[in-house]
Amino acid sequence: MSSATIVNLPDQSTAKIPKMNYLSKENGLLSWLLTGDHKRIAILYLISISFFFFIGGALAGLIRLELLTPQSDLMATDTYNKIFSMHGIIMIFFFLVPSVPATLGNFFIPMMLGAKDLALPKINLLSWYLYVAAGILALYSMMTGGVDTGWTFTTPLSTHYVNTNVITTGIAIFIAGFSSIFTGLNFIVTIHKMRAPGMTWFRMPLFVWGHYATSILMILGTPVLAIALVLVVLERTVGIGVFDPAKGGDPLLFQHLFWFYSHPAVYIMILPGMGVISEVISTFSRKRVFGYTAVAFSSVAIAVFGFFVWAHHMFIMGISNYSVLIFSLLTMLVAVPSAIKIFNWAFTLYKGSITFETPMLYAFGFMGLFTIGGMTGVFLGTSGTDIHLTETYFIVAHFHFVMVGGMLMAFLAGLHFWWPKMTGRMYPEKISQLAALVTFIGFNLTFFPQFILGTLGMPRRYASYPPEFQVLNVFSTAGATILGVGYLLPVLYLTWSLKYGEIAGDNPWQATGLEWQTQSPPLTENFREIPIMDHEAYDYEWLERQKEKEVASVG
Amino acid sequence: MSDSPVMTQGVMEAAKHAHPPYQRHHFESVAQQADATNFAMWIFLLTEIMFFGGLFTAYLILRNWYYPAFVAASHQLNIGWGTGNTAVLISSSFTMAMGVWCAETRRKSGLVLSLVLTFLLGLVFLGIKTIEYSEKIEKHHVPGFHYSVQSFVNPASDPDSVAYGDKPLAMDMARKTELYFFLYFAMTGMHALHMIIGIAILGYMIFRARAGAYTNGHVTFVENFGLYWHFVDIIWIFLFPLLYLISRHQ
Repeated sequence: MSSATIVNLPDQSTAKIPKMNYLSKENGLLSWLLTGDHKRIAILYLISISFFFFIGGALAGLIRLELLTPQSDLMATDTYNKIFSMHGIIMIFFFLVPSVPATLGNFFIPMMLGAKDLALPKINLLSWYLYVAAGILALYSMMTGGVDTGWTFTTPLSTHYVNTNVITTGIAIFIAGFSSIFTGLNFIVTIHKMRAPGMTWFRMPLFVWGHYATSILMILGTPVLAIALVLVVLERTVGIGVFDPAKGGDPLLFQHLFWFYSHPAVYIMILPGMGVISEVISTFSRKRVFGYTAVAFSSVAIAVFGFFVWAHHMFIMGISNYSVLIFSLLTMLVAVPSAIKIFNWAFTLYKGSITFETPMLYAFGFMGLFTIGGMTGVFLGTSGTDIHLTETYFIVAHFHFVMVGGMLMAFLAGLHFWWPKMTGRMYPEKISQLAALVTFIGFNLTFFPQFILGTLGMPRRYASYPPEFQVLNVFSTAGATILGVGYLLPVLYLTWSLKYGEIAGDNPWQATGLEWQTQSPPLTENFREIPIMDHEAYDYEWLERQKEKEVASVG
Repeated sequence: MSDSPVMTQGVMEAAKHAHPPYQRHHFESVAQQADATNFAMWIFLLTEIMFFGGLFTAYLILRNWYYPAFVAASHQLNIGWGTGNTAVLISSSFTMAMGVWCAETRRKSGLVLSLVLTFLLGLVFLGIKTIEYSEKIEKHHVPGFHYSVQSFVNPASDPDSVAYGDKPLAMDMARKTELYFFLYFAMTGMHALHMIIGIAILGYMIFRARAGAYTNGHVTFVENFGLYWHFVDIIWIFLFPLLYLISRHQ
């Protein structure tokens, strides 16, 4: 038995944060607001998405509080509609879509490739400004009355039957869409054109592969959402009729256009998280990811299949039986690459030297919860069971298992994993392990009862429900409280660690990625000299040899 | 930047020849910079295709459903103006291509001339479009409160319909012409918006080109703008047959 940890910190009495780094290079607010540095933009994004996460979280808290009792008593039913709509809109467009790509991806893709920056730094900054503008507009529309269509803006409800701020919210999402298009565009160009010498496609970390697939989805899907929202706005303002059956239009056309983006968007939200998990699992089991090529291509396969399954959101909306049949079959196909990933991570763990630092705990959480979320997706992809389960709490539980249990866990795994590199300081290990555990327990308590509720037939999006469902709802609300604690803890101790955390040194995890072979926090230009990649990704023997060389040269 | 005794390839190469002023710090070479920005432009155009794709999808579906209405409505478009505009736009693409060539071969006056011509042809296109739009406004063919189906339920009242021998449409089908006109305005309007943005950038480029930019070997901006301009042109090449030409004589 080796020691139970791989953490290797420098001697705390002598160690110092490097004087020259990307944080200390320039000072003042303007040096941040006008920066072209991908690392600083990542930090800006991290602050802004955390802000929106807590707004979305507060709204989720209100939803759970209302559902504590069968009657609609905390708020009016109209208000409840607005609360869950804004919860969905904020969490999806302002947290989940940019969460990993715009923060960790922005920070680490150039570093992993051995580049000095993303290919288009100004476009990167522009994308953050668009995000902020969109966020402010969304908050403005929320405070001046909100929107109650659900995050899906389903026509004709959104165009004819509600009188809330559909237009402003639609414009906000339109703008946020361009922010995500620019992020995706930047990543694709960077991955194609900015790789260091020797960094071939199959030497790239799987995190980069995950983001490559994500970016494809972003640039191909988001414009379609943009035009769909433009049409909704025009339908409301001018009354153009494309979605209006009275004028010969077709409300289903909106659904097709919307889900053509929004189903791939599900993969935009999960693929970067899968990239994080690949890095974490490999590092904390000291093994190359099993079946590297298969995992890399499974990301691309998810991206490709993701474009051919959108109509499974519309099984009960009057599409033809043949479409249902075909889309049901295609939907099953997506399960294959997802399963490849889960199996390969499991095989990576097999005979690895596993240690249980916080990122690894979150990664385990991801593997378990994502598997449940994915498997229940098969229930919903099968048209027979879908007719019973859709629009019930089963579907709510399903996508929260994937999005919160999957993506949010992956985001936290990645945040803890790269925190020492981003800030130069370690987070406190014990309390963060506790937070990971609390999150896992709270999550299961919140969302597992919802599977049962859905199977029993409790519909989603109602402020009141029959009294026999109350017990399970009380469980769910209690779980949400625990989950809330689980999310507040990292904010507290990560902020604390900025000042009091232990000095991390260059490579506290003994990880192999290029981002770990430079100082933490990194220099503005990332590397003192452009690295030359002369080994495969996840080559732990190469790392050992590097260390021996270092010892020899120092000696 | 490098205080290490071991210099790697990239750094040595960079040290060998000084950076031209237009090379951004994070690129290894001008070639890499040009390559990356060019590639980015192509990807941006890909997103534009997807953006217009939504409108084209709506057009194709609704056209299949309401074929008679779409045929009758398309007879209201002036094929002369449409063909003229196509010619104007293709010429502007030619002058733009000349501009790129002049920039690459460092001909300053040629570049300025090409850009000015492209600018003017762009304005001519928008001018013709304005004439076409005003015809629609006069005939109450703009979707909305003032929309009138007069030309379609009673074609005899409208010389354009008479010219094509249109038969009267039933009221419910005639009302579908409004969808055609909405798509007409949405698609050509979105196209015109791209033209306006392009013309604004052209104005800026003329200003810069006169000061000697783009003819110093750094042509990426002109090249990428050329790609954009040709893309906008190609969108029109698809809009013109779909809106004006097909089923013209049915």
